[in-house]
Amino acid sequence: MRHLLLALLCCLSLAVHAAADPAVMRQLAAEESDDKIAAIHKLALTAEPEALALLQQLADGSLKDDKGEEITINNRVRRELEGALAVLKLIDPDVTVRFAAVKEIASNVDAAMAPMLARARDRETEPKIRALLVEAHALATLKDADPQLRIAAARALASSADPNTKAQLKAQSEEANEVESEVRRAAFQSYLAVKDRLTLAETLGRIFSGLSLGSILLLAALGLAITYGVMGVINMAHGELLMIGAYATYAMQGVFRTHFPAQLDWYLLAAVPVAFFAAAAVGILLERTVIRWLYGRALETLLATWGLSLMLIQAARVIFGAQNVEVANPSWMSGGLEILPSIVLPLNRIVIVGFALFVLMLVWVLMNRTRLGMFVRAVTQNRAMAGCVGVPTGRIDTVAFALGAGIAGLGGVALSQIANVGPDMGQGYIVDSFMVVVLGGVGQLAGAVWAALGLGIVTKFIESWAGAVIAKIVVLVFIIMFIQKRPQGLFALKGRFVEN
Amino acid sequence: MQRRNFVKATALTLALAAAGFVTQPAVAADTIKVGILHSLSGTMAISETALKETALMTIAEINAKGGVMGKQLEAVVVDPASNWPLFAEKARQLLTQDKVAVVFGCWTSVSRKSVNPVFKELNGLLFYPVQYEGEELEKNVFYTGAAPNQQAIPAVEYLMSKDGGAAKRWVLLGTDYVYPRTTNKILRAFLKSKGVAEADIMEEYTPFGHSDYQTIIAKIKKFAGEGKKTAVVSTINGDSNVPFYKELGNAGLKATDVPVVAFSVGEEELRGVDTKPLVGHLAAWNYFQSIKNPQNDAFIKMYRDWAKKQKLPKAESVVTNDPMEATYVGIHMWKQAVEKAKSTDVDKVIAAVGGQKFKAPSGFEIKMDEKNHHLHKPVLIGEVKADGQFNVVWKTKGPVKAAPWSPYIPGNDKKKGEPEGK
Repeated sequence: MRHLLLALLCCLSLAVHAAADPAVMRQLAAEESDDKIAAIHKLALTAEPEALALLQQLADGSLKDDKGEEITINNRVRRELEGALAVLKLIDPDVTVRFAAVKEIASNVDAAMAPMLARARDRETEPKIRALLVEAHALATLKDADPQLRIAAARALASSADPNTKAQLKAQSEEANEVESEVRRAAFQSYLAVKDRLTLAETLGRIFSGLSLGSILLLAALGLAITYGVMGVINMAHGELLMIGAYATYAMQGVFRTHFPAQLDWYLLAAVPVAFFAAAAVGILLERTVIRWLYGRALETLLATWGLSLMLIQAARVIFGAQNVEVANPSWMSGGLEILPSIVLPLNRIVIVGFALFVLMLVWVLMNRTRLGMFVRAVTQNRAMAGCVGVPTGRIDTVAFALGAGIAGLGGVALSQIANVGPDMGQGYIVDSFMVVVLGGVGQLAGAVWAALGLGIVTKFIESWAGAVIAKIVVLVFIIMFIQKRPQGLFALKGRFVEN
Repeated sequence: MQRRNFVKATALTLALAAAGFVTQPAVAADTIKVGILHSLSGTMAISETALKETALMTIAEINAKGGVMGKQLEAVVVDPASNWPLFAEKARQLLTQDKVAVVFGCWTSVSRKSVNPVFKELNGLLFYPVQYEGEELEKNVFYTGAAPNQQAIPAVEYLMSKDGGAAKRWVLLGTDYVYPRTTNKILRAFLKSKGVAEADIMEEYTPFGHSDYQTIIAKIKKFAGEGKKTAVVSTINGDSNVPFYKELGNAGLKATDVPVVAFSVGEEELRGVDTKPLVGHLAAWNYFQSIKNPQNDAFIKMYRDWAKKQKLPKAESVVTNDPMEATYVGIHMWKQAVEKAKSTDVDKVIAAVGGQKFKAPSGFEIKMDEKNHHLHKPVLIGEVKADGQFNVVWKTKGPVKAAPWSPYIPGNDKKKGEPEGK
């Protein structure tokens, strides 16, 4: 079927006026996929601009038949259609169009395409497209009748990073499929090279997903590292502060949709401060009304904040409804960055890793480079003495709690981009957050950072060979054992600052 | 407890109980109570809330046309909150306290399994509107969703066909509970019977509410890169589908390369997802909103009007889906059966439901099987379009009889096609 298409590129002059032909249109609107595919090939063979436009319309789903109904296609037709369009676009003057076309072709090469790919390769001036065409051509000639060509093809494929190529090389290196030992050897060597590259890519991908999970854990836990770690408040309502941040993001999205639809893509930037202050305000409210009366009474704080968390969940249900709300990724966070054909890093996760770093920097600067941070540290280290030298300890407590809550709000902004936003979303993160803080060592921000990243990467590595359910169990068991051995966590405060 | 407190508490309980007893018969005289048991919060709320709305809409429709046997229906809505033991508690409450004549509810099989003993013990009546794994036939339950041979098996057969992409390798991906595990057990046996090797099947599970699908997507990519055409069968349930499809779109896994066919994802679940990168991924159901026929047009219009009248969130973009249709059909079948039996007595109604026919929005006059408590339903396979609707690419010629006991599970050939003790 394909070679029909390829013939067209050799003889562009052979112009059949199929685009306007009603018979072809009828065939395109036919019930059977085979008829549609035949019509697509006929159209593609004309290589006329109208035919290209018609096929493009068919791909977009905007082509109508004579009754005015949309012509629908299934995956099989779509694959043929995309292949045909890619071949037609191979001569497009625009580099990005050509690049996409070559990638489409490379994912579905067969032997009949070799001459066409060779011509396209020799004509191509853009190096990255040329490299792709070289690989595609090699793949097409891997089963050529000439053993010399086969060897050349196998050698050329050593630079590939495509899992499909790996499978083909493997097949070519087996005696059942290849008679020439020379070709087998070349194919096997290339196979090893591609396999190593893919294994490396896989490990990199896994580390990235671990990093991504770690950054999410960190954003969820960083606020708690301040309120629990530094101030010693067991705040069971921490998860709900995350939820408030996420709902603030949702609210900003709504505001932008109704008032600034043109700038909708940037609602997330506006949501960052809004979520921070909304969560901080709720934090202040909680601290002033409930928590400050309970300082030093861990058990009562735990119960009181748990009650508060239930109240906050119900409040969210009343205000926003019990169903999850939809928070869309802005367009600049949709899609992925293709590092290699086998790993695509989703943009939303990359942005969140960056955001986690930004929040971490912010907290570090606040705690270590500002007067407020100094006061907070002083109060944690020795409350009585700090009070004696004039630090307003009560107010510092409020501000520190608000800061922790605000950072939880920022975590909520990040979560809204990858997870579901609903009234009880916080419940799923409270355990993870405490896990991170306890593992890292109470009273230490650095501990929380290492614990979050470590847990993220370890979880992802276990997940990839044992599945998500087992991974969760293994990580919890590991933490229980670790805390048994080392109750103070990874990093412990040392010296005379340690209370009791 | 001090004696005085005990006396007080007992008196209070008695007084409350008495109040309950006194008020109820007065209401029950001119209305028939029906229970609606769907999660309105938690991980399943994404799917089940719409079913509650559909049930209320259908009840309002029936009431507007004069009710059932001249009596108005009165809906009792409870929220079991995606919490499986709570389903049993709420079911008991509906049957003993509210004394409902029938219950429409449940989505996940685990919730159905947890209410089954309650319906059996109290001889209640449940209409279950969602496709499920089969392997069950309760006297007290009518199944208006699909059994495996009305959804899972045809979907896999389609993917094996030339038009479906002739898949040779299979990823069976699901949420970790009874429905996906059983369905995958059936599918594994089916695939083996078609000559698929053990090494060409990968099975993966995630917990309820899971939101990080990076590893799974990476694994699917790796599995698909081994040279043979791969397809994914997803039995992921609830709001995990949103992060799953987001990740799928972002990772650039296209339907033309690795098609994903889902059994628990319909128009409603895709409302929260950008479907442009998902064009071509599939779902298998017995109804799609995009079907064109007069019954369906009326059904869609009725639901849109209902959403506007009830001021549902985003009422302008509500959609209908398969379990909503099954709910609608179930309630009408129950109404017809009550009218035939001239009573709401559970045993009489059960005897009358078999053989009921109803012109459903799927475009067929569908029938409740005389014996096996399942509907005869058409099977449809749809591809996701850019607007979140489905484009039907394959369908059966007519309704198919359900086989709740899948022939691919050993020992099932000896089981009877009707509930025990009937």
